[in-house]
Amino acid sequence: MIWLEKRPAPSRLWSVLSPFAAIGMALVAGAAMFAVLGHDPAEALYVYFLEPLTSAWSIEELIVKATPLAIIGVGLAMAYRANVWNIGAEGQLVMGAVAGSVIPVLLPGWNDPTALLAMLLLGALGGALWGWIPAFLKNRFNANEILTSLMLVYVAQLFLDWLVRGPFRDPGGFNFPKSVTFEGWHVMPAISGRVHLGTIIALLAVAALWVVLNRMRYGFEVRVMGSAPRAGAFAGFSAARVTSASFLLSGALAGLAGIGEVSGSIGQLQPSISPGYGFTAIIAAFLGRLGPVGVLFASLLLALTYLGGESAQLALNISGKTAQAFQGMLLFFILAADTLVNYRIHFRRPGAGEGSAP
Amino acid sequence: MNGLEAFLLTVITASTPLLLAAIGELVVERSGVLNLGVEGMMVMGAVSAFAAAYATGNPWIGVVAGAAAGALLSLPFAFLTQTLATNQVATGLALTLLGLGLSGLLGEKFVGQPGVPLPKLDVPGLSDIPFLGPVLFGHDVLVYASFAFTAGVMWFLFRTRAGLVLRAIGVNHTAAHALGYPVVRVRYLAILFGGALAGLSGAYLSLSYTPQWIENMTSGRGWIALALVVFATWRPLRVLAGAYLFGAVWILGLYVQALGFGLPSQLLTALPYIVTIVALVVISRNRTLTLTNTPASIGIPFVPDR
Repeated sequence: MIWLEKRPAPSRLWSVLSPFAAIGMALVAGAAMFAVLGHDPAEALYVYFLEPLTSAWSIEELIVKATPLAIIGVGLAMAYRANVWNIGAEGQLVMGAVAGSVIPVLLPGWNDPTALLAMLLLGALGGALWGWIPAFLKNRFNANEILTSLMLVYVAQLFLDWLVRGPFRDPGGFNFPKSVTFEGWHVMPAISGRVHLGTIIALLAVAALWVVLNRMRYGFEVRVMGSAPRAGAFAGFSAARVTSASFLLSGALAGLAGIGEVSGSIGQLQPSISPGYGFTAIIAAFLGRLGPVGVLFASLLLALTYLGGESAQLALNISGKTAQAFQGMLLFFILAADTLVNYRIHFRRPGAGEGSAP
Repeated sequence: MNGLEAFLLTVITASTPLLLAAIGELVVERSGVLNLGVEGMMVMGAVSAFAAAYATGNPWIGVVAGAAAGALLSLPFAFLTQTLATNQVATGLALTLLGLGLSGLLGEKFVGQPGVPLPKLDVPGLSDIPFLGPVLFGHDVLVYASFAFTAGVMWFLFRTRAGLVLRAIGVNHTAAHALGYPVVRVRYLAILFGGALAGLSGAYLSLSYTPQWIENMTSGRGWIALALVVFATWRPLRVLAGAYLFGAVWILGLYVQALGFGLPSQLLTALPYIVTIVALVVISRNRTLTLTNTPASIGIPFVPDR
């Protein structure tokens, strides 16, 4: 039997160690998974987690994939800190991509740096508005934001599907469900190889949210509403305001990630623009212990699982789907390890027999 | 078979998976646990049922495998939330992400393979009665099971002592614990039951609704089942009514699509999700209704004192 004993104060040691403990457990579980699938676990883990780090090309790719995860993840971390459950970032990403793409698709003539800036602003706005819907429904009608934000993911994806097969389809594109290819200033400038401006945006977002969370009144409000909502209410903080702000912020960032993907990596709108970044970013937020800097590192690790999945498929013919399974396990382990931050674990009932023995 | 018969038959097939999963989750939530992993357990049930039926050629083994897979996947959730007192929302999400990932991995080699459909129970004579015959008889066993589970859960929750204990734990786990009721054990069992029914619901999808394996074939049904429980204000009969309402919406979308009307097919596919949001809003805006029915300790981790 396992018994938990509440620590008087959260353990500082474990709040640093828990993500590493989770990664360690996930690696062990991953090795077991590869063994079950009939592969040499050591070789598979090498191909999965180390080989992608050995070439410049794949390190660039790692940064490209970590970029949307970090942008979305920091926003979600802020929301989860406030106990606001936005799990529809994938939909907000899609709507940001759609809103930002309005300029290259409908106003192709406007092609200068201001067009790119407008695309980014529209992307953030699209994501923020889509994210605001569950907040509004929560505040106004008390509707559960977890379920509404998730439902809106399906609606957004179907909306994108309709757009690229209908009004946004490239007339000269041989009927493929794709928009025109973005050109000139409609494409995020590259920094190095495939790494584009989005990475700078990610770093700025991490820095800005670190400041907000640790140095500004709003960050304090978020932390209080998350850990002691009653105390927050007495202090005059409004739960409805924090809910709206959390959704607007995380939605805007998801939208920014969306337009970043379309403009920086893909180069056009198509029916599917994300391999589930909006969901994987949830894992990044928790693995980063809901702190901006932690999320940044967690995003790199999760990007590695995407990349490792691809290279394992090529080199060892291991299914690329292992990446998703791996990410899910990782979230389980991080949640389990986080228990150690607040509780001491006993494997026997503490104090048993003290007063109860006959 | 006339048009109305055909419509009702398809509504039944669309409603059954929702009903199975929602009635299981209702028991979980009544015990005070929010398991957001329904979608993951359902999709694992679907792939396991398909695989077992495909390997053995016996759809009944598939049904058992589906329920077992759902229950098995609910175990880590139960361990984390009950034994390690983790956040239930995050852990449920982890379960869904893990289930979607694992099922994609396990199901990869079954994509495009022919399934082993669950036989329909033809009752000679009764199935031939005009209208009533095809609508009431001639379904597969899981359709009847969904009704049996609804009745069983109603009886258990409101007519047995164990059901009373489970509801008491859901309302106030501290008081129930003080009275000597095994909060954690009851919740483990409730979570396992919810997992088994979610798995059964997945088995229905891959053995009967569309007897094949398609990645992510649950397409949000687990989430809709979760919304149904809220919509039904945690009452079994209302879950039944809600499941059939949503099933009807799902099928109406398909009908309208087939008839044309020039509406984009994507809008009609999105209909069940939009209706879910509307239904949640309609039911939640009545705060007294939701407040008086919500199990009060739902989602709150429970750590027994010594």
